[in-house]
Amino acid sequence: MSTTIDAGAGGQSERPAWLEHETFLQKAVKFIVFTVVVLAVLYPFVSVIATSLASEPDVIKNGGLVIWPEHPTLNSYRTIFAGGVVTRAITVSVAITVIGTLLSLAVTIMMAYGLSRKIWGSKFFLLLALTTLLFTPGIIANYLAVKQLGLLNTYASLILPVLINAFNLVVLRQFFMGIPGELLDSAKIDGANDFDILTRIVLPLSKAVVAVVALFYAVGYWNNFFNALLYLNDSSMWPLQLVLRLYVVQGAPLPSAGDVVENAPPLQSIQMAVVVVALIPILCVYPFLQRYFTRGVLSGAIKG
Amino acid sequence: MSAVDVNRAPATSLGRVGVGPAIKPRDSVWQRIWRDRLMLLFIAPGVIYFLLFHYLPLLGYIIAFQDYLPFLGFVDSPFVGFANFQAMFSDGAFWQAFWNTIIISLLQIVFYFPAPICLALLLHSVISTNVRRIIQSVVYLPHFISWVIVVSLWQQVLGGSGIFVHTLRDLGLPAVNVMTEPAIFKGLVTAQVIWKETGWGTIIYLAALLNIEASLYEAAVVDGAGRWQRLWNITLPGILGVTMLLLILRLGAVLSVGFEQILLQRNAVGPAAGEVLDTYVYFKGIVGGQWGITAAAGIIKGVLGTLMVISANKLAHRFGQEGVYS
Repeated sequence: MSTTIDAGAGGQSERPAWLEHETFLQKAVKFIVFTVVVLAVLYPFVSVIATSLASEPDVIKNGGLVIWPEHPTLNSYRTIFAGGVVTRAITVSVAITVIGTLLSLAVTIMMAYGLSRKIWGSKFFLLLALTTLLFTPGIIANYLAVKQLGLLNTYASLILPVLINAFNLVVLRQFFMGIPGELLDSAKIDGANDFDILTRIVLPLSKAVVAVVALFYAVGYWNNFFNALLYLNDSSMWPLQLVLRLYVVQGAPLPSAGDVVENAPPLQSIQMAVVVVALIPILCVYPFLQRYFTRGVLSGAIKG
Repeated sequence: MSAVDVNRAPATSLGRVGVGPAIKPRDSVWQRIWRDRLMLLFIAPGVIYFLLFHYLPLLGYIIAFQDYLPFLGFVDSPFVGFANFQAMFSDGAFWQAFWNTIIISLLQIVFYFPAPICLALLLHSVISTNVRRIIQSVVYLPHFISWVIVVSLWQQVLGGSGIFVHTLRDLGLPAVNVMTEPAIFKGLVTAQVIWKETGWGTIIYLAALLNIEASLYEAAVVDGAGRWQRLWNITLPGILGVTMLLLILRLGAVLSVGFEQILLQRNAVGPAAGEVLDTYVYFKGIVGGQWGITAAAGIIKGVLGTLMVISANKLAHRFGQEGVYS
């Protein structure tokens, strides 16, 4: 529980009394390094968003390089949302992400809670899960297992093989173990069973860490493309990441959806619009995610 | 056998009677299972998941010893002994993939592995918590972006119409498309990993840095230790444990390098430069239908990986570090 305590709770500078002040040169070097790092991370995002908003003349002007679209337009977005491949892929991705996250969360919470108490075989079952962090069966074995279970070409193949992430399990278990045992014991004496204890006492105390794990799972499902590549033959079932791979990374021409929009936007802008659409959910949940990381919620679990 | 049981049973019951109620009679296995039945029910789906998707699949490696034909299945495919292993070891493409994997791994250990340590030390030296948080929230971001998008972003910046090629052209230099240049592919994938994961990698080091006792620094300053002496004698030893741990994990995974990342870009540079063990298995096995040979490659990779983890862990113990397990 102590892991949730903010590393720098004050939010302000805390210069230890013994620390000498930095020289101008040290400050300057540090400033330059951080500026370069931050720009290197952010520039590609800015470039992609700018290109997605560009119109034909913007793209032609600099031979494809768009730094600031002078005639910004949403035509690219209109094109990809006009139905067709991208729209369908977005639906698939959203559905897989929502259903997968809920399922993963339920199963992981139950298992983490069970393993956080001293029950019969808990050590063995924990080891069973932890070993998977170090050793994975490999592509061929996974493929054959999914095939034998009859999951090839089903949406279940995008969820069930990655249902639990052992790391998330450890994070939750670590947190549950920090809840005082007396609290749970007294509830038990009052006649509550383990299910009541989990839903009425443990979960309300663990909202923050459950939220983080939920976001981890959601990001995982949203970003996964390899499972779809491996297990789905039918391209009409493809999620967004796989469509992105085909039309952006491999540069296949996008099939036009129904009627052609007037002033058809340049291909490059359409491609970048697909990238932006795939990025938006991540950018939306990211502020919530990083709030917890910078406060060190997970660092304790990592050490544990 | 039965004689022993008969002898033991009365002895234990006698013992209990003799000592009296001071020793609590231990619950039998069934009693404990019954007592924990609801909790065991909670963990059952998870346990089934791990068995079904992490342990049972290992049985599939039986096909490494078979001439596996999907329509015949495991049972009816003929056994061929070690023929698949022989075929694999005499396959030039396998060795190509093997050495590519090793080289990329080494590049990542040399260039990527220290990067989060350096950035974490720099971040740790930022005194203003607000400034540190802003930088952290920027550098953590790429970790959450899928490889498909990362490759798209890199294409946009470094590809034919990106700012990089434009700058080269403006400077009168030859316009190199680094995204499709086989000669620098290994450097490119290493750079991508550095871009994507350095920020996220700092988290664990920052946690270790925060755990170093402040009194150590105070005492060092009193004794007249300067910045660099403190870094060398307090800070670095303070993060040595976690560094060793991560190095062990990385060495254990020396035969796995960014599968999704390389799969996405292998075709742009061709298999000679871009094939790694995982993509070899994917293209030859799942796409090409050569199940036996690629299963053999999977076994070799798994066994070598396990040996790497075990020996790296042993090494850590020898140096007096904790390692991954004891």
